[in-house]
Amino acid sequence: MASTVRQCITLKGSTEIVAEFFDYAINSILYQRGIFPPETFTHKQQYGLTLLVTTNDELLKYLKTVIGQVKNWCQELIVQKLVVVIKRVDTNEVVERWQFDIQCDKTVNSKTKRDKTEKEVKEEIKSIIRQITATVTFLPLLESVCSFDVLIYTDKDAEVPFNWGESGPHFITNSEEVRLRSFTTTIHKVDAMVAFKKTD
Amino acid sequence: MSQFDLENEMRSALRMDAPLTRGPQMKWQQKKSTDPGNLSLNSSAANGSLLSSNKTPSKHGIPPAASQSKTPSSQDMGRKTPKSAGAHKTPSKGSKTPKKTPKAADRFIPNRTTTQFDVNHFKLMQDPKGENGPQDMMSPSQVEYQRVMSENLNGDRLAHRIMSYKEKAPAAPEEYTVFQNTGHQGDLRVLYSTTKTPASAKKTIRHIPQVPERILDAPDILDDYYLNLLDWSVNNQLAVCLGGSVYLWNASTGDIKQLFQVDGPEEYIGAVSWIKEGNYLAVGTSSGEVQLWDVAQQKRLRNMSGHSARVGCLSWNSFILSSGSRSGNIHHHDVRVADHHVGTLSAHTQEVCGLRWSPDGKYLASGANDNLLCVWPAQSTINTQPLHTFSQHQAAVKALAWCPWQPSLLASGGGTADRHIRFWNCNTGTNLSSVDTKSQVCALLWSKEHRELISSHGFAQNQLIIWKYPAMTRVAELTGHTARVLHMAMSPDGETVVSAAADETLRLWKCFSVDQEKKKTKTKSVGKDPGSTLRTMIR
Repeated sequence: MASTVRQCITLKGSTEIVAEFFDYAINSILYQRGIFPPETFTHKQQYGLTLLVTTNDELLKYLKTVIGQVKNWCQELIVQKLVVVIKRVDTNEVVERWQFDIQCDKTVNSKTKRDKTEKEVKEEIKSIIRQITATVTFLPLLESVCSFDVLIYTDKDAEVPFNWGESGPHFITNSEEVRLRSFTTTIHKVDAMVAFKKTD
Repeated sequence: MSQFDLENEMRSALRMDAPLTRGPQMKWQQKKSTDPGNLSLNSSAANGSLLSSNKTPSKHGIPPAASQSKTPSSQDMGRKTPKSAGAHKTPSKGSKTPKKTPKAADRFIPNRTTTQFDVNHFKLMQDPKGENGPQDMMSPSQVEYQRVMSENLNGDRLAHRIMSYKEKAPAAPEEYTVFQNTGHQGDLRVLYSTTKTPASAKKTIRHIPQVPERILDAPDILDDYYLNLLDWSVNNQLAVCLGGSVYLWNASTGDIKQLFQVDGPEEYIGAVSWIKEGNYLAVGTSSGEVQLWDVAQQKRLRNMSGHSARVGCLSWNSFILSSGSRSGNIHHHDVRVADHHVGTLSAHTQEVCGLRWSPDGKYLASGANDNLLCVWPAQSTINTQPLHTFSQHQAAVKALAWCPWQPSLLASGGGTADRHIRFWNCNTGTNLSSVDTKSQVCALLWSKEHRELISSHGFAQNQLIIWKYPAMTRVAELTGHTARVLHMAMSPDGETVVSAAADETLRLWKCFSVDQEKKKTKTKSVGKDPGSTLRTMIR
């Protein structure tokens, strides 16, 4: 019975999937790029993969707040992009930029149901997460201590919630870009891309 | 025309290999066909009709304020290449200014990265009413042009907001950042930067020019296998015997001067050899005399007689000059004393054509037309017997060379009947290896820089071969001479080899070029040298 219920995707379900994906994607990036020490990560089975998620309380709290807000905006269908910016602590120079373009189907309301199984979506997500893991092989090594920031592009008319502020786009000067895979819940479509500083 | 449609379709359906004419249209074709409509649709804000036909509806789902000013294609462009827009430069520069004030800061520095002055100014200055006026007068293409221009100038910044949580992400624990190099990133560094080790970057194959760097004429050079008519001094002077005269070619300046000429018309020079210091030249003549010349003064210092036949080879060991003669005798001359003849080595029964002291002065190697190769100890008496006598060569042994890096390793090459290069350990007297060159071996030289040696050959190719030692694989073959290459000498820097052939030419080959890094270290060590030589001089 339960499986027949999950056969279609609603706006709420889609939002959950997207938010969950961002959570794991950001965790994976932070682990793979060595932004946080590896011993603060713990293994977790998800999407048929063993993923690493942080155990750092502050970081958990931060991610929870940010992902929670993204969830709200996803629900309202006004989010356009989520960008994870990695920058050097000493010079504040942006060295890496993980961009997730989100395309929301604006015709959807809380009652629409789309025919796509959760399993199919998770297969697509799995391949993106795998790609994120694989990017370590070609991304330039982060030579100095780096921190990260999450930027969210929303529609112009979005309300700015408490404790949020507008920011610059944090582009990388002289960058090289690599497109990753994408996934869609038919309500939200997420394209992944990573930009990094050219090394020569 | 419509009556042909059915027929045409039938035909195209039956032809399997014909280009596809049916099928869905390509994207550009679709666009082309809908383009004129697109313009009007955009300006009239009738987005709903487009929505149903487009495959990516979400692009158009953005509120009218934003989407009205966009065609799908240009929107894509704007997203993919946001950095190309000039207006973006300022914010990215601005992002470099520190956001967080340093820990010990005592001033408040306002953060202006989020305030987009240029955009705000533009928005303020833009009078919606004033702009609408002329816009009504403009043609659809002008409107479109204006829209594209404003998009290019402003980017897609006006279409969205960029939000970030004001409480920034927590920083990594300090002990991690301190020991970062030994931590996770250290592991990454080990994993992903090992390919950059210099070992793999090192060039294993060196470029060897196949053509001579220079060709000099050597008229009247004697075509005689048993003579040694070429030597290069440490002062970069090349001594060449052309018949009865000795010429000096200054390799640095290119000057040529004739040192002297023998008196008799039948006489000629059989051998030349520079002393290690490069200021004196020893000359062996056809009359069996050994002469010593001061090059700077162009003056003969000594004339040492003693040989009964022509002198075909000479070799220096500090102040001892050894000379080999057609009689088969080898004489040692102490050039400092009046009674110069200090030793005679007589083991050869035929003309001595190869004579070479080892670099450490411990051994003298001699090869002769009796196919014997003898190695003599440095201390000689009247009845000295050779340390080793090697009889493996099947022809005259002229080419002799001592290895510069491995003491007591001797390479020798045989004549036409033998054609082998053989390697000898003179401490033990064993034959280490031999290689058949398929051609007469006239001369041999070891490289000072590379683990290689070069041999010069006669018939059939008259070539020079560079060998890798000890593998004895051929590195390169230098062809160009049209007659057998009788003599070779190496420049004092070890990079260039000069070869003299019976075709009356000298060719300079830059075959042992040194790469720059090694050269640097070498010049450094050379820089230290004067001190040490000075010390030996004082003693």
